[in-house]
Amino acid sequence: MAEASSEIREMVVAKAINAALRDALAEDPTTLLIGEDIGPLGGVFRVTEGLQAEFGETRVVDSPLAESGIVGTSIGMAMRGYRPVAEIQFDGFVFPGFNQITTQLAKIHNRTDGAVSVPVTIRLPYGGSIGSIEHHSESPEALFAHTAGLRILAPSNPQDAYWMTRAAIASEDPVIVMEPKRRYWLKGPVDTAAAPQDVHSAEVIREGSDATIATYGPLVPVALAAAEAAAEDGRSLEVVDVRSISPLDDETIARSAAKTGRLVVAHEAPTFGGFGAEIAARVAERAHHRLLAPVLRVGGFHMPYPPSHQEGRYLPDIDRMLEAVERSVAHSSRASSPV
Amino acid sequence: MQPIQLLAPDGTLTEDETYSPYVDALDESTLRDLYRSMVVERRVDAEATSLQRQGQLSLWVQALGQEGAQAGTVTALRATDMIFPTYREHVMALHRGITPQQLVAQFRATAHSGWRPQDHRFNTYGVVLASQTLHATGWAMGIQRDAAAGVEAARDELVLACFGDGASSQGDVHESMVFASSYELPVLFFVQNNQWAISVPATTQARGPLADRAVGYGFEGVRVDGNDVLASYAVAARMAEQVRGGGPKLIESVTYRMGAHTTADDPTKYRTADEVEEWGAKDPVARYSTWLRGRGLIDDAFIDAVEAEAQDLASDLRRTIHELTPVTLEENFDTVYAEPHRQIEVEKAWLRDYEAGFAEDSAAGGKGGA
Repeated sequence: MAEASSEIREMVVAKAINAALRDALAEDPTTLLIGEDIGPLGGVFRVTEGLQAEFGETRVVDSPLAESGIVGTSIGMAMRGYRPVAEIQFDGFVFPGFNQITTQLAKIHNRTDGAVSVPVTIRLPYGGSIGSIEHHSESPEALFAHTAGLRILAPSNPQDAYWMTRAAIASEDPVIVMEPKRRYWLKGPVDTAAAPQDVHSAEVIREGSDATIATYGPLVPVALAAAEAAAEDGRSLEVVDVRSISPLDDETIARSAAKTGRLVVAHEAPTFGGFGAEIAARVAERAHHRLLAPVLRVGGFHMPYPPSHQEGRYLPDIDRMLEAVERSVAHSSRASSPV
Repeated sequence: MQPIQLLAPDGTLTEDETYSPYVDALDESTLRDLYRSMVVERRVDAEATSLQRQGQLSLWVQALGQEGAQAGTVTALRATDMIFPTYREHVMALHRGITPQQLVAQFRATAHSGWRPQDHRFNTYGVVLASQTLHATGWAMGIQRDAAAGVEAARDELVLACFGDGASSQGDVHESMVFASSYELPVLFFVQNNQWAISVPATTQARGPLADRAVGYGFEGVRVDGNDVLASYAVAARMAEQVRGGGPKLIESVTYRMGAHTTADDPTKYRTADEVEEWGAKDPVARYSTWLRGRGLIDDAFIDAVEAEAQDLASDLRRTIHELTPVTLEENFDTVYAEPHRQIEVEKAWLRDYEAGFAEDSAAGGKGGA
């Protein structure tokens, strides 16, 4: 690790990812970045700002405007020993590359009986609340979670953004890093010298006793704010940052749910068929007898992401989380719950 | 654009200012090997078809009719040039040292692929059409970077990106050609136009020659008679020469799929016997054999020896097909990820315990399920 970067610094999420990319590029000549507008512009979110000037056009590659091409050529480079980091500009544009991700990237290690690794990192800015037009606010993580062969990380803060990006690039497996785009400007401390933690574990980030809220990425600050508001009303909420979607540390989440007896899972993606269902099912299996209420979910509705004028009503907020907590608390006896 | 042809169906050779020198430079042993490659694969191909009919393979994809296109092209490459095949490049596979047993493993469904790509510089068969053309292009981006980093061997290395007339309609072909052209990558695109994408004729994919599409991307495309192994070699040799250290080229190899798309297909439903007969008269092996004999390069003894070699390989395949070891579910768990994954470990352990339960029941006297 370069001396210059071994220190604790306050930085925003976007800058933390930028620092992680810079450190990875500096350390390993086989690491390279590819994506649309990531060169002189520095990406539409400026995450790659300054990197092409520093590392050159062959290592920070402005690609043709073609997501399947970005993922597909990254696979080819990875087969040859490179470690490409592909940027998909927005969540809604990952779908032209979906075939390459799901039928190729995820399966090549298995297809070749382990003979070929494809250490490709895909950076995917996702989620809403940025007031944008269609296809710029989606949360497709469940589609990738359902695909064996992919690892999926969901940082919620600058420290995780730095280390998860580093871990993704270092991994021999393909990793999708879900970047919480509305939190790109969230500031926090980043210790670039700290030994890499287990990026695939969930973390209890606020202790509580009445109920647990488990969430990841952009909704983590919302859950913390909900817990703060609940505390003022005398309700003690525990908050778990799920952090890793695949693999999933269901044990940590179940332990928290068993402790408080109540679990609310929140994400921006629609609840129907969403990743929260996986968490709910696993916690129910592990902690059924310790739960005082069914696991409840808070998320988007079963509709295409609405015109962003309406996203305030669509996205889970503090009130929606607290409403679910109250429903959970109100659920006390078997007889009183209609099917 | 008429396809480049050196060897006519009747076995007569014509001179071509551009391409004949490549053929003239071939030594006798290579000329005989071209014949051997085609004949041996044709025999293995027939054996695999027969094994499928007998239930030993779940599927087989015949290359019958396309031997000249494949043998000529692969012979023009170096052993270090990576090939990204479709699922029908059997001549190329055998040429790269993949055994018939390895070749059929995927079709016996004992594994997703029977060989390690790095051992043969021959990727696994690509089943999702055209996806491999982007992998080839990415590989070439690696070649370019290796060369810039001073890796001597990479300086004149190329990659062969195979696809078919059907796959030519896929967006990945377009994107790979855009990337290859923009970055001036050493990719030799090789489309075998065998006239049929299962039941849909090539005219539904393209109204003009596929080779002409290259111009739109800013590079050269050439049409060659794929049933002429010498022209296939010469065109590939010339194109490869220019691709090394340079930008991409496209070869459209005009050939014909004499067999069905796969053993699950019935071509009598969509094409005429007359058409098949017409192409049968342009057979790549027959015309090349005629020419070789005329030149005194092969005789009955040689032909018999190649037949015997082919027969041995086919018999060996039939005899050993039961020995193909299936990848177990445990091994399949182990290769989903390169590094440990919690859910994989839990599910693998669950399966082990679940099945161990049956073993205990049976050891206890077969009273399981009572």
